[in-house]
Amino acid sequence: MPYQPIKFYQVGSFAAGNRLLPEDLRSVQSGGDRANTLTCGHRACQGCGEALGARYALDAVTRATKGKLIAVNATGCLEVFSTPFPETSWQIAWLHSLFGNAPAVASGVAAAMKAMGRPDIRVVAQGGDGGTVDIGMACLSGMFERDDDVLYICYDNQAYMNTGVQRSGATPPAARTATTPAVGPEPGNAFGQGKNVPLIAMAHEIPYVATATVADLRDLEYKATRAMDFHGARYLHVLVPCPLGWGSPPADTVKVARLATESGLFPVFEAEAGQVTGATPIRHQVPVQDYLRLQARYAHLFRPEERTDVIARIQASADRNITRFGLLDDQDQQTSRPERVRLAPAPHDYSAGER
Amino acid sequence: MFQVRFHGRGGQGVVTAAELLASAAFREDRYAQAFPSFGSERMGAPVTSFCRIDDKPIRTHEPVTDPDALLIQDPTLLHQADVFVGLKPDGCVLLNSARSFDELGLADFAAEHDGGWLRTLPASSLAMAHLGRPLPGAPMLGGLAALTGVVGLDAVLAAIAERFTGTVAAGNAAAARAAFEFVAGELARERANA
Amino acid sequence: MLRQIEGSRAVAEAVAMCRPQVICAYPITPQTHIVEALGTLVKKGELNAAFMNVESEFAAMSAVIGASAAGARAYTATASQGLLYMSEAVYNAAGLGLPVVMTVANRAIGAPINIWNDHSDAMSQRDAGWIQLYAETNQEAADLHVQAFRIAEELSNPVMVCMDGFLLTHASERVDLPGQEQVDGFLPPYEPRQVLDPNDPVSIGAMVGPEAFTEVRFLAAERMRQALDLIPAVAASFAREFGRPSGGLVRPYRVEDAELIVVALGSVLGTIQDAVDELRADGIRAGALGITTFRPFPAEAVREALGGVHRLRRLVVVERALAPGSGGIVTADLRAALATTDGRPPHPGDTIISTVIAGLGGRAVTRKALRAMLTSAAQGDLPPFSFLDLRRDLVESELARMRAARRSGPSAENMLRDLSATAPGALD
Repeated sequence: MPYQPIKFYQVGSFAAGNRLLPEDLRSVQSGGDRANTLTCGHRACQGCGEALGARYALDAVTRATKGKLIAVNATGCLEVFSTPFPETSWQIAWLHSLFGNAPAVASGVAAAMKAMGRPDIRVVAQGGDGGTVDIGMACLSGMFERDDDVLYICYDNQAYMNTGVQRSGATPPAARTATTPAVGPEPGNAFGQGKNVPLIAMAHEIPYVATATVADLRDLEYKATRAMDFHGARYLHVLVPCPLGWGSPPADTVKVARLATESGLFPVFEAEAGQVTGATPIRHQVPVQDYLRLQARYAHLFRPEERTDVIARIQASADRNITRFGLLDDQDQQTSRPERVRLAPAPHDYSAGER
Repeated sequence: MFQVRFHGRGGQGVVTAAELLASAAFREDRYAQAFPSFGSERMGAPVTSFCRIDDKPIRTHEPVTDPDALLIQDPTLLHQADVFVGLKPDGCVLLNSARSFDELGLADFAAEHDGGWLRTLPASSLAMAHLGRPLPGAPMLGGLAALTGVVGLDAVLAAIAERFTGTVAAGNAAAARAAFEFVAGELARERANA
Repeated sequence: MLRQIEGSRAVAEAVAMCRPQVICAYPITPQTHIVEALGTLVKKGELNAAFMNVESEFAAMSAVIGASAAGARAYTATASQGLLYMSEAVYNAAGLGLPVVMTVANRAIGAPINIWNDHSDAMSQRDAGWIQLYAETNQEAADLHVQAFRIAEELSNPVMVCMDGFLLTHASERVDLPGQEQVDGFLPPYEPRQVLDPNDPVSIGAMVGPEAFTEVRFLAAERMRQALDLIPAVAASFAREFGRPSGGLVRPYRVEDAELIVVALGSVLGTIQDAVDELRADGIRAGALGITTFRPFPAEAVREALGGVHRLRRLVVVERALAPGSGGIVTADLRAALATTDGRPPHPGDTIISTVIAGLGGRAVTRKALRAMLTSAAQGDLPPFSFLDLRRDLVESELARMRAARRSGPSAENMLRDLSATAPGALD
């Protein structure tokens, strides 16, 4: 089903009931027949972005595959809170092996399905940013390179949350974690580091790459569904705020995710075979401060004094994303406009020590 | 048990020669074992391989330390490595060269080692003539068959036919046969003159 | 069918006949010929399997885990560094109870890097929960893979078939390769105990806390105990179907009236048997005991093999791996096995057990050296722990260097320099 943005005009909130829409445009979650692939009873924290994202994504995939899927999970929050022995909240066939091998295990499952003459059974692998960006990177790249028929979903809460909030290759600059504490002259995570896995995925020229957040759940459902239209390696990178690790109020998870996109810090886009095919434009751009202020992991940028220098660098990276993906271009042009997107590295400001 | 050690350089088919010999013995319903000495693989480096032939199962897996026959595919190894070490008193040596043992400066060795057969065989030349490439392995085996009879020429030819195809198989087989006839001819003449 | 064939190829053909459905390949000397041969069979359409060229051994074992959990018969091969690199996944496969079969072409573990044969790789994983079988010949290597799939699937436990790198993998020997029909008759299709099935979904791999972890581990030990019964049964069944003895727990050779028995694993047993025959001709009543199944350690079978040997005075354990700080690995298991049987040792007090570390990093274990060592053992001159064919001069020089200067340099390189300086043109 082609993506049709639905404009809601209710002031002050984005809540609009599915009942206002025709049935075929309603979200998966709104259906009484939703699969509840990740069902209730799991032990996620209040306001967990990952639990929200996983439920939406997996239910969409379950609907798209009519329940013929197998999930492979990396070690991490999702695995731990969804399978507290002796219970499980998964209603699908689900395998957890190790921290760094989810892509390889999923590739093996896909190979088995092919060998056993069951290519109709699809495979989804999922992991957090730690298991994807860092320890799972070799296996992920191998899966991409072989174009194995797996959809890999990364739930990115930008640190190793399950082990107590340690820095990962997805931790943004200046963020406080247990291993990048907010002390010293340059508090928080260093600038000039980090991996952009969606771009790495695109460099492998796999059939489909997309980013999404839990702020736009309908978009997340669409992308999970769209991904299942393809065969071969596919990658979905979902920003999922972690109230505990980010130090944001549990009730603000969706809001924080929205601010991440509206500030330009987290671009939302789709790509096929290494080319961006479309990006979600920013509706109302917000300065990065609005996003940063809501999270205690950035508190050191505001107290005891405002670190305008650091905030400016963060703003600059947001501006680069906006330029790169055309996030503030004319909103009425919804179709793919690859000519507007510059995939070359953005210009550097070496005097400020930027990467 | 008959034990053969092959010496040559990487790229000369030393390992293949040992395997062909084993294959030939197998065709004659004998037990055979062939294996290389395991150095890093690179072209031009000295390579050694081994072949054991017996009428009962071969159990050991140690290198051949006291060969009954030495097949030296590259004469440049003669003065570089101690290729003759362990050779049985009545063991034989077949050396790939157009020159004689005397001409190669090995007269003393030949004199000390008069219990066995020491022969040279222009295997590379025969290979060039019949195969178009200086791969001496097949002719060396033909020569060994004539010299020791440990395997028959037919078995060697059959092993070649199984391992190679087309003109490569035909060329190797022709070279092996020519080498067999060369050595057999020399032996016959020497016997006649003796 | 009788073939003169390289060991790796024999194994590849035997594995292919077991109809694996997913094969993962990552190259490492000296197993590469096995996966290459399998890959060719798949590419030519002679073997219907998914052949995955993975990016590391860790990925190889991981993909095999996924495939097996999804209900497919899965296989991979590795050695040395590769086995270590996949170690986390090796333990994972056993813990999950997946009947994966893997060939380990035994090779030394670095540093220093060494591509030649010894048993340190498989020994490093001896507690991972895998069944470990050691092939004595290429015939047995081929046969053990057929038995391995059956053992693994019946028990829901992974099996490692060990074969000496280069000595077996790269040796061309006579092998009677089983036929496809024979193997099909011996190895039924894989019926999993647990499987990822969308129609009957289960969660596999949950976290297990203190309340049940011990019980899960008890079951792993129990599987090993069951293996002690199953392995000889499968070997007997194999002997009936294929007409030759292969596999099993232990292999005694001329032990009945022996006073001196050599214990070893793998291809060195062939050379040892030749040495035993020579010693017998010299009047020394020698014998050998091969350990074919190392995990589970066949304590009872060892006791039975040795129990009736009333004149046994000495056991010499030839080990192709070293436990630094401890000594012999097989020796330790052997001692434990012989320590008690219902509280009574079979040979009260007077069986002397010696460990001989031999063949490390591909050093040849020769009949000549074995004879000399065993003759001195028979005369009571073998110390409890020794290295066969140790170049004491090299070691002493290096120790002297280290005493003389702090910055004595890398030991391996120093000794190699000494070696090239002192050795007469060594055969290369």
